[in-house]
Amino acid sequence: MAYSKKVIDHYENPRNVGSLDKGDTHVGTGIVGAPECGDVMKLQIKVNDKGLIEDAKFKTFGCGSAIASSSLATEWLKGKTVNEALAIKNTQIVEELALPPVKIHCSVLAEDAIKAAIKDYQNKQDNKA
Amino acid sequence: MTLKLPIYLDNNATTAVDPRVLEKMIPFFTEHFGNAASRNHPFGWSAEEAVEKARGQIAAAIGAVSKEIVITSGATESNNLAVLGVAEMYKEKGNHIITCVTEHKAVLDPCKHLEETGHYNVTWLEVDAEGMISLEALEKAITDKTILISIMHGNNEIGTLQPIEKIGQIAKKHGVIFHTDATQTVGRVAIDVEKMGIDLLSMSAHKIYGPKGIGALYVRRKSPRVKLSPIQFGGGHERGMRSGTLNVPGIVGFGEACEIAARDMATEIPRQLALRDRLYKKLAAHLEDIYLNGHPTERLPGNLNVSFAYVEGESLLMGIKDIAVSSGSACTSASLEPSYVLKALGASDEIAHSSIRFGIGRFTTEEEVDFTAERVIKEVNRLRELSPLYEMVKEGIDLKTVQWTGH
Repeated sequence: MAYSKKVIDHYENPRNVGSLDKGDTHVGTGIVGAPECGDVMKLQIKVNDKGLIEDAKFKTFGCGSAIASSSLATEWLKGKTVNEALAIKNTQIVEELALPPVKIHCSVLAEDAIKAAIKDYQNKQDNKA
Repeated sequence: MTLKLPIYLDNNATTAVDPRVLEKMIPFFTEHFGNAASRNHPFGWSAEEAVEKARGQIAAAIGAVSKEIVITSGATESNNLAVLGVAEMYKEKGNHIITCVTEHKAVLDPCKHLEETGHYNVTWLEVDAEGMISLEALEKAITDKTILISIMHGNNEIGTLQPIEKIGQIAKKHGVIFHTDATQTVGRVAIDVEKMGIDLLSMSAHKIYGPKGIGALYVRRKSPRVKLSPIQFGGGHERGMRSGTLNVPGIVGFGEACEIAARDMATEIPRQLALRDRLYKKLAAHLEDIYLNGHPTERLPGNLNVSFAYVEGESLLMGIKDIAVSSGSACTSASLEPSYVLKALGASDEIAHSSIRFGIGRFTTEEEVDFTAERVIKEVNRLRELSPLYEMVKEGIDLKTVQWTGH
């Protein structure tokens, strides 16, 4: 199977690999997927007081397309508001990375990871209030 | 010597044709192109003579005689012919077949097909964590309706070698025909159909540095004389068991490949074992949490199947793109299902997703093995830094206790 140039670029030079402090109330963490399915994504966002995502990090266990989808997601998240981030669709990731049909689930997982991270952040805010 | 990239380490999938084999084949395309079935002119005679010589070389590699070799298009056909041919021929005698869950699809699917007809029953033997069947379970499964036991010799994915000689004894004791798919083992480990009590044996040329598209089925001629119904009909070639004009250049190449493999086996086995151990030791010395899949000692000399925990197989393949290997990861298969062989070992799906099969062969060098070990170590370490599973384990989390959101 041939990979697109963009997938290879993200795979070889993944952006924003790492972890943020899970305990920080400004940080939202989303972990989606399962080891037995061959994909686990951990995606984290750090939201500042203005409601902007000022940082995003990921770690992914999965194929090259899964790594690329999550790497791309962190790039897109930075600088967006939470609502803008919620509008990111897996189809945009598919298009940007030119994912073949068998790899669409990777983009779905990335979208799920974004939503899970935002939900975690929002839960923390609700608990604070 | 400079290393030539990419490196081929997928010799359980196929092998390069040995130049010595190719050299023997060439005249049979252009000069001696006759039909081996043409009995009335020199073109036919020279083709037939070449085929009979090759048949002898093929037979010698497994301790058989020429007349017991039925030429086929490869091991898939041989397996189909063995299973379906016995089922049809002996249907008055019985309707029960015993096989094993880690067989190649070319055995599993004909068995499944027979089961689906409603006229046959199949026992699917399980394997232990190292891929071995239980001899007790095998013997217990035999009934007075059992007509065939089909158990492979060496597994193509995990390399495990089944106790063929003991299976042969059990089959003999109960008067059941014993077929073995020896695609991975002919020319790689010693085989003697007499000593091992094998009645039918599938083999293929392209796994032993011969051409693709040619193989054979060994069919025992005495004690007992095994008969098969054909699955392909026509001119009655191969004593009526397999019609079709013989692929003379392919057969010549197959014969030569068998002769070279048999001749070199005594030196080749220890050489490949040393390379395999060298590779595994290097990986194990530099990487924690790696698992050998298959049996530690009863395995094909050139086969190494390893799971690298916390790293997904396809992503690892992508990182070592200068090295041709294969993975049991779902992402590398057309079905998007992880390897059924690895799953049958009782390992978690995660282990299957993290597996890489290295297939060392006749042309593999120590330099290639060292280069491979270095690249794999570097890439596994890089991907583990990217892996949330690795991070969790480092934090002391037991992955089995995590509530995953499967998809």
